[in-house]
Amino acid sequence: MSSTISMSPAYQGHSLTLQQKLSGSLVGIALLILLVYWITNGVTNNAIWLWTSIGLSVIGSIWYTISTYGDKPIGIKNDANWFSALTSRGIGAWILGIFLTGFYVLLYWYPSMLGQGENGAANTGLVKLFDPLSLALKGAVASQWFVYGTLYTLIIILMGIKFIYKYRHNRYQVVRTISVIFFQTAIAFILPEIMQSLNQPYNDFKNIWPLNYYFFFDYHIDELIKNGVFGYFILFWGILSFLVIAPVLTYFFGKRWYCSWVCGCGGLAETAGDPFRHLSDKSLKAWKIERWLIYSVLAFVTIMTIAVLVTRFTGFANLFIFSSYDLSKWYGFFIGAIFSGVVGVGFYPIMGSRVWCRFGCPMAAYLGIWQKKKSKFRITTNGGQCISCGNCSTYCEMGIDVKAYAQQGQDIVRASCVGCGICSAVCPRGVLRLENGSVDMDMRAEAKRVIHIKESEIGIL
Amino acid sequence: MKIVIIGNGIAGTNAARYIRKYSEHEIIMISNESDFPFSRTALMYVYMGHLKFDHTKLYEDWFWEKNRIQRKKGWVSKIDPGKKNIHFSDNSSLEYDKLIIATGSKSNKFGWPGQDLNGVQGLYHLQDLESMDALSKDIKRAVIVGGGLIGIEMAEMFHSRHIPVTFLVRENSFWDNILPLDESEMVNKEIIEHGIDLRLNEELKEIHASGSGKVKGITTNKGEYIEAQFVGLTVGVSPNIDFIKESGIEIKKGILVNQFLATSIQDIYAIGDCAEIITPLPGRKPIEAIWYTGRMMGQTVAHTICKSPLPYNPGTWFNSAKFFNIEYQVYGDISAKAADSISSLYWEHSDAKKSIRINYHKEEKQVTGFNLMGIRYRHEVCEKWIQSKATIESVLQNLSLANFDPEFFDEYEQDLIAAYNKISGKKIHLQTKRKLDLVTRFLNKVKSIA
Repeated sequence: MSSTISMSPAYQGHSLTLQQKLSGSLVGIALLILLVYWITNGVTNNAIWLWTSIGLSVIGSIWYTISTYGDKPIGIKNDANWFSALTSRGIGAWILGIFLTGFYVLLYWYPSMLGQGENGAANTGLVKLFDPLSLALKGAVASQWFVYGTLYTLIIILMGIKFIYKYRHNRYQVVRTISVIFFQTAIAFILPEIMQSLNQPYNDFKNIWPLNYYFFFDYHIDELIKNGVFGYFILFWGILSFLVIAPVLTYFFGKRWYCSWVCGCGGLAETAGDPFRHLSDKSLKAWKIERWLIYSVLAFVTIMTIAVLVTRFTGFANLFIFSSYDLSKWYGFFIGAIFSGVVGVGFYPIMGSRVWCRFGCPMAAYLGIWQKKKSKFRITTNGGQCISCGNCSTYCEMGIDVKAYAQQGQDIVRASCVGCGICSAVCPRGVLRLENGSVDMDMRAEAKRVIHIKESEIGIL
Repeated sequence: MKIVIIGNGIAGTNAARYIRKYSEHEIIMISNESDFPFSRTALMYVYMGHLKFDHTKLYEDWFWEKNRIQRKKGWVSKIDPGKKNIHFSDNSSLEYDKLIIATGSKSNKFGWPGQDLNGVQGLYHLQDLESMDALSKDIKRAVIVGGGLIGIEMAEMFHSRHIPVTFLVRENSFWDNILPLDESEMVNKEIIEHGIDLRLNEELKEIHASGSGKVKGITTNKGEYIEAQFVGLTVGVSPNIDFIKESGIEIKKGILVNQFLATSIQDIYAIGDCAEIITPLPGRKPIEAIWYTGRMMGQTVAHTICKSPLPYNPGTWFNSAKFFNIEYQVYGDISAKAADSISSLYWEHSDAKKSIRINYHKEEKQVTGFNLMGIRYRHEVCEKWIQSKATIESVLQNLSLANFDPEFFDEYEQDLIAAYNKISGKKIHLQTKRKLDLVTRFLNKVKSIA
């Protein structure tokens, strides 16, 4: 008997249904339009192609959602996750991963290849395709970032609808997903565009330092100050968010208020990333790497930001031996672009949907410290009902070994928990519940205890 | 001291874990089934593609070495209590100072013609899962015999792979020797809704072979022939103790143990599914082949061996399961047919997928049991109400303390109270909200709340 038994998923019915194939084809055509427009450098200059592409992707993905989950009784839909090539690091996963990674490389370093017009030249290709939408929203032509923002938002909306329909029996998931869709669409996408059309600075009000690492950069502060009262308000709001709003909300609700309800990175992970959530590494080793990495990034962004501010207010180019300019440049390159973008999203199909959030995001690190040290949030375990099945750990996108706690009847308080609630949803025995207690700190987590025999009879373990 | 544990299921594993917590004794855990302990109840999810086998392991692989728990692979063929050693099928042997037998169960077979054909099996061991998977690609229809927890799990497994299932249940309704009729009928509907061909009041009569020794179909007791390439025999399990019979250890259906889980022979203990308690506590059965009791027995025997003799006391009964998409939790005493002295308060949601049942004494009004379908209740709160003999009305007034459903879920405590008010003519009101600090206060987990 080998301990590495694997299932052979060669069974009938595993292939897609006709409806799934048809609806998937619509999305395929939508993508094809983007591709053709891109590689032909936008031969026709017609808004109809953009709207056709968007329309087809909307119809196709909603149809796909309904045909996938509509005819089945409501409940957990994890069948064949470890059999499908796309969701179990098969060939489809690698193709998608390489495609996403490549897209991010072009986006960050070769935008002209996407059609971004440089030095005042008109847009071509993919970026040009989005000009009509950009003109309608803010009266200016598109940039690669507008293309990215539009696609990003569209994916969160469409995959969010899919997620909501998949979990329609679970109101926590439904409400939470409506929230991330709202914050991405209204606050991160539409509001900044409208502000720009009113000649106000671009600002995503929910993108808080240190996730928004350029918030205290020279050019950003200058831009804000230049804009008078509204600019000062943005500056004030940013500092308030970091110093007051984030800690207070985390105290009451845990970091989930941000990471799985508001944040854009979290929004993409929870919607488009949902099919890959089980790919996160649950080992103790991964947890150790996680702690080293994420707190290093937090330290990096803190030092970098202090250096930038010191330079601004004193004129010294260096903080000790570090050049402010170099620090900010390298942070932007390694953390801002490579870690959060290329790796963070590009590796979804290989390492799960929360690679950036778990290993890199300094905001998650900051909120995590509050969550662990000063918050009412915890996941409670329902007495002795755990059967150690492993569904909770497997479907934890943050790679928390939830089972290790649950099978001991212990409450779970972990800095990394984003409170997505999926562990509770997939538990087949009703063992886990996300809670906001009114007792704090020491009383949050049940001390390790025997499963049933009273502690007084046996003593604490 | 050298402690040998035969079996690495939850009972054996928990024994090993607690022995290490309590002592520095040498621990050797033997299994021929798997290299690492895993969750037996999770095997279905491996077949369904929700999990990989590694996810079902109870601990990461480094855990055993770090905690100095030796794992040995082998098939124990004989126990020699005189020499205090055990013999393996490869003729090697191993000495022990204390021996814990935790060999679990094996699937029942009741002498049906054809029951040993290729394609006829139960689902208990890892090897059963592997065989089910290997057979699956050729199965056009599976017949499952026996309406219990493993039977419905097997139906769900095949359903996940789009393999049609005929489910033969001898009783009038699914699991109706355990579940009250309302809940049992709810599960019937759930089974049918998933496209399972549920046959109540039907039994297996004979299994037919194809030319190559594989199953090709069955005949029911009603004379119907059903073509099938797989027959799941899920008619219960019984203690897996064949190798014990020559050892002199007293057995009946299982290995007989006293309240300290000790067998008739000095220094040999038996725990989990294979143990039969000579004098079970009131309301409990001599053999309880469930996950939780195995886990508790492992813990208890470790205490008895390492610290001081501790009588096995599993406390208030609890159990849980999931019937396709309907979760099930039970706390306390819920019989299929409540005794005459017991009243049963029952509320069912109009979607026929959720229900709450509370049983209580007709006269003294104290609650005796909770049965939940599609709704989660807190174990410790229900247990405390039962143990403290809380009255039905005080329980109803504080029922929100028990609610363990996720946030934003509808709460049905008011509906249950309305049902009670209707039958009793009383005007009870819900007096607490669902709040964790109220729960911790109720459970005396905190002295005071700031």
